[in-house]
Amino acid sequence: MGSLFRVSLSWGGSLTGILLFVALWEWGSLNYGSFLLPGPRDALASIKGFWQQGELWGAVWATTWRAMTGFALASLAGLVLGLMAGLSHTLGRALEPVSTVLLGIPPIAWIVLAILWFGSGSMAAIYTVAATTLPVTFAGAQIGARTLDKRLQEMGDVYRVPGWMRLWDFYLPHIVSYVFPALITALGVAWKVTVMAELFATEEGVGAGLAMARVNLDTAGAMAWILVVVALLLVAEHGFLRPLQKKMEPWRQGATQEKPC
Amino acid sequence: MLNLRNASLELGPNKILEAVDLCVQPGESVCLVGPSGCGKTSLLRVAAGLVEISDGSVENGFVCTAGVFQEPRLLPWRRMLDNIALGLKARGVPRRERLDKARELADSVGLADKYTLFPHELSGGMQQRVALARALSIGADFLLLDEPFSALDVGLRNEAQELVQHLVVERGIASLLVTHDLTEALRLAHRVVVISGSPGKIVYEHQVNEPFGSRTQTWLYEAAADLLRQPVVNECFLYKPHSEVA
Repeated sequence: MGSLFRVSLSWGGSLTGILLFVALWEWGSLNYGSFLLPGPRDALASIKGFWQQGELWGAVWATTWRAMTGFALASLAGLVLGLMAGLSHTLGRALEPVSTVLLGIPPIAWIVLAILWFGSGSMAAIYTVAATTLPVTFAGAQIGARTLDKRLQEMGDVYRVPGWMRLWDFYLPHIVSYVFPALITALGVAWKVTVMAELFATEEGVGAGLAMARVNLDTAGAMAWILVVVALLLVAEHGFLRPLQKKMEPWRQGATQEKPC
Repeated sequence: MLNLRNASLELGPNKILEAVDLCVQPGESVCLVGPSGCGKTSLLRVAAGLVEISDGSVENGFVCTAGVFQEPRLLPWRRMLDNIALGLKARGVPRRERLDKARELADSVGLADKYTLFPHELSGGMQQRVALARALSIGADFLLLDEPFSALDVGLRNEAQELVQHLVVERGIASLLVTHDLTEALRLAHRVVVISGSPGKIVYEHQVNEPFGSRTQTWLYEAAADLLRQPVVNECFLYKPHSEVA
């Protein structure tokens, strides 16, 4: 009963924040006119319009596919490279500056390069997403691999734990708690960069829709596409990544319930 | 058996152990006692093969050596049974078989109804019992115990000592136990070895001939008092402010 109350309270808290934001938006729209700042209802109406014209799902699918492919490639490569860099100091020293360089290159520069290398299309968007999110997951995995308790490693030595088991039973479960926050950050970056890449490099997708809205001076349409991207990000984070983390870290559940002090 | 001959250990500029001769026979329980910082734990790490000695020789003729540390050192992300079965998994024992064995050991250390709990859901004493079960699981014939009960309160410590007595000493598993508690050493040992000084040296050895059954609380206190009457033992347990400077 108490937990139900707490859950509804926390949901109510989040909802209050969202409603406040929407109210502010509505107020701004009433104040500045619906051409400069179309209200939430205009945006929703635009989304409905895209849906009726059959543009919505195609764009959502194209953007999701690109963002997820780039994100998956970067996560996998970042995890493997970060793990190796965390385990070997030499490799860590060699890869760290590379990661910093990648982190320093603005996404927009990657888009230009990607269009030059791969031409316009999905490939350019996927490449840009992968290149910008790789350093984030790399850093998470590297720190995770570095911070495994030395005492656990010594215990592993005493019990002569073989290499594959160290990876599976010692390193990976520990790294998960460092990699997931990094993945969630990377996921947000992935959507944003995908939309930006689409704006320049593709004919379809949310970014392309935004480009179209710009050409048509359709502010409500632009707002509508923004809403769509935010919704996609929320679904991916709370519908996929967070439940996955819960599933992968059952030992973290209940840690707070057991010891109330 | 374990045989240390003239073993010295230097870590950087510090000499930790000097010319230690120590032998643990099969089935023998040896307790190392001494003040803090005299190299007891280092000696145990030498016996475990975790550090190389700088001089002398170490021979470990036991087939299988396991250890229990000061802290439980369980994997926080594995359930209790999987933690107990860790050493078996490392030796390639199939899952079903190693979990059966783990369940049996969990029962013997009194954790029968806690199979699926994670370490953080167990109390400190329970965690240490899981660590003991993990050490027993691989069928070790030599067990290294590094002050395994120092973090437990008196009642739990008594309980844990009883477990070690029944599951290790009386089953003929050789053991080397480090402690700073003389009565604990006298309760569990066939032989008490006092180590002291900096660098650490063996200063006194005492054979305990009393059978385990008749080592009552009164006997333990008297035996500890007897031991402390030895000038060399007394000296290393006395507080000496001037020696703390080093």
